[in-house]
Amino acid sequence: MAGRTLYDKLWDDHLVKSRDDGSALLYIDRHLLHEVTSPQAFEGLRIAGRQPWRINANLATPDHNVPTTLNERNAGIEGIVDPVSRIQVQTLDDNCDEFGITQYAMGDVRQGIVHVVGPEQGATLPGMTVVCGDSHTATHGAFGALAHGIGTSEVEHVLASQCLVAKKMKNMRVRVEGKLGRGVTAKDIVLAVIGEIGTAGGTGCAIEFAGTALEDLSMEGRMTICNMAIEAGARVGLVAVDNTTIDYIRGKPGAPKGADWDAAVNYWHTLHSDVDAVFDHEVILDAAAIEPQVTWGTSPEMVAPVGASVPDPDQEADATRADGIRRALQYMGLSAGQALTSIQLDRVFIGSCTNSRIEDLREAAAVVKGRKVAETIKEAIVVPGSGLVKQQAEAEGLDKIFIEAGLQWREPGCSMCLAMNADRLGEGEHCASTSNRNFEGRQGFGGRTHLVSPAMAAAAAVTGYFVDVRELMGDAA
Amino acid sequence: MKALTVHQGLVAPLDRANVDTDMIIPKQFLKSIKRTGFGKNLFDELRYLDVGEADQDCSGRPLNPDFVLNQPRYKDVSILLARQNFGCGSSREHAPWALEDYGFRCVIAPSFADIFYNNCFKNGLLPIVLSEQQVDDLFAACQTEEGFNLTVDLERQVVVTPGGDELSFEIDPFRKECLLKGLDEIGLTLQEEDTIRAFENKHQKKFPWLFQELA
Ligand code: SF4
Repeated sequence: MAGRTLYDKLWDDHLVKSRDDGSALLYIDRHLLHEVTSPQAFEGLRIAGRQPWRINANLATPDHNVPTTLNERNAGIEGIVDPVSRIQVQTLDDNCDEFGITQYAMGDVRQGIVHVVGPEQGATLPGMTVVCGDSHTATHGAFGALAHGIGTSEVEHVLASQCLVAKKMKNMRVRVEGKLGRGVTAKDIVLAVIGEIGTAGGTGCAIEFAGTALEDLSMEGRMTICNMAIEAGARVGLVAVDNTTIDYIRGKPGAPKGADWDAAVNYWHTLHSDVDAVFDHEVILDAAAIEPQVTWGTSPEMVAPVGASVPDPDQEADATRADGIRRALQYMGLSAGQALTSIQLDRVFIGSCTNSRIEDLREAAAVVKGRKVAETIKEAIVVPGSGLVKQQAEAEGLDKIFIEAGLQWREPGCSMCLAMNADRLGEGEHCASTSNRNFEGRQGFGGRTHLVSPAMAAAAAVTGYFVDVRELMGDAA
Repeated sequence: MKALTVHQGLVAPLDRANVDTDMIIPKQFLKSIKRTGFGKNLFDELRYLDVGEADQDCSGRPLNPDFVLNQPRYKDVSILLARQNFGCGSSREHAPWALEDYGFRCVIAPSFADIFYNNCFKNGLLPIVLSEQQVDDLFAACQTEEGFNLTVDLERQVVVTPGGDELSFEIDPFRKECLLKGLDEIGLTLQEEDTIRAFENKHQKKFPWLFQELA
């Protein structure tokens, strides 16, 4: 028998039942909730008169709608100016109270973006199945957990039955081999991968990210990569468990205790693909060849190394693609052949579940330290992923570095990643953003998003243009 | 959930690849805590010339005359003809809710994004995959022939053209069954309650740490 992939192992360990039609019931260990996709699920439970199956599998925190300015924040839920945002956050609060679900509410230092909070609390552990009504749930796959986004009907389904009706995906492996260059980060890896395989490249697959470059990454970096598996078309991103994983979990509030810890570690060490496992697809990238990336278009696959130029649709043979490029350039206000370094930025956003962890903030701070935000930048904001990340960053003095450089230091939440709160782009504004989506209007109506790493966003903040961050690192050294 | 067996309806062509969920229902409308009422904001940015706000009365807003659904001939549309990778982007179920609320029962495209495809079935909306060629032909027919109708026969898994051509499509038998009967998936799963309990007990013995309380 051929060996099993990591995905196969996780699937087998949670299979409640295979149905004749090829679908399966999968047991869910951890269900994360936020205020946007849960109200209708709770409404559904109430309408049907159902109770949650296992309360302690659930963990909730508001993130999408929470304001990120201290003034608004200090007044609690009542202080949320936008009435619709307030209703959603209030509804999550009410639902958690009614059903007895643990919530890190606004004002709790543990509150934050759900994909930052889960791992930080040890609520995400290797070998788990983790779901959340949010496509970036793939993030948790960095722990060797089977994690993916679900829709609101499925949120209700999981609440009611602790199971999900699922179909087995295909196995894909993306191997990134070799050493990353200086100034090149996990974000650049994942953008390069998406540039290579396209936004539909992983459709129907669970992508395991592997190779020596992945092994060298911290958990933060691995989370950044798995986070964007969905932008590569895959619902699931995975990384095998190793000592880096286990070291990260040790001491977290939700980590197994006593004898359970030893048993867990033994099991976790089996969470990798067998050497003879067979993948349906495999892609190999050379880490050393990856350069800092910048997206120029309205899809994450519209990406290029910072030294490159905006593509010319007339050079594109495929008509649909050429059309897509043309449309994107028009929306983005860019011309074919323009150097990426000639794009002038209006705003900078450092945050989101892709890049708002402590390591991301350290990387950004290292670049802006001793520099000033360019005068042409209207606003540059740093939004930590959780209250605990914020606390840690402040303990390290990162907040001071940002503030001195002229960036704003905000309260944790999704913020300008999707502009559901007050943080958003004006029409036609260009933003260097560490988030994961550059779709039309994502960060505000008519807003133009360029996805980059935290270091690249920081470099853009201080120069006002995209610049190869390695040039700034050169003169800082 | 509304059952779907045989559906005959007017077809509207949306000639754009990679229509993402932000385009189907822009995020300012996701803030509602209800499941209904999203139809008036379906394709909001394409459909209206101004910027839409949540909870706004849309009746007086300026319509984009170039947008397909604003053309009088597509007024009573219930089948959407789309291009590849329809529904890409986020997992938000508001996208099928908005399509359903607008009055769509089927979307036909050469390919769909995974999550969107799944979400359709949970909301009584049938996504149908046909080949690029078949979709091209339907676009051509739809654009030339005013009042172009299709009949979708789910039981037989065919799309029937006005000329009587039958285009067959694949569908997962379980989903087909649920849609034909308008069955609630949760109820179906809970019929397996004993199996789930038995699994859970075994799982807890093997991995007790997964059942720890969170503080
Ligand atoms: S940070 Fe952005 S991508 Fe992540 S959960 Fe929040 S809105 Fe979604």
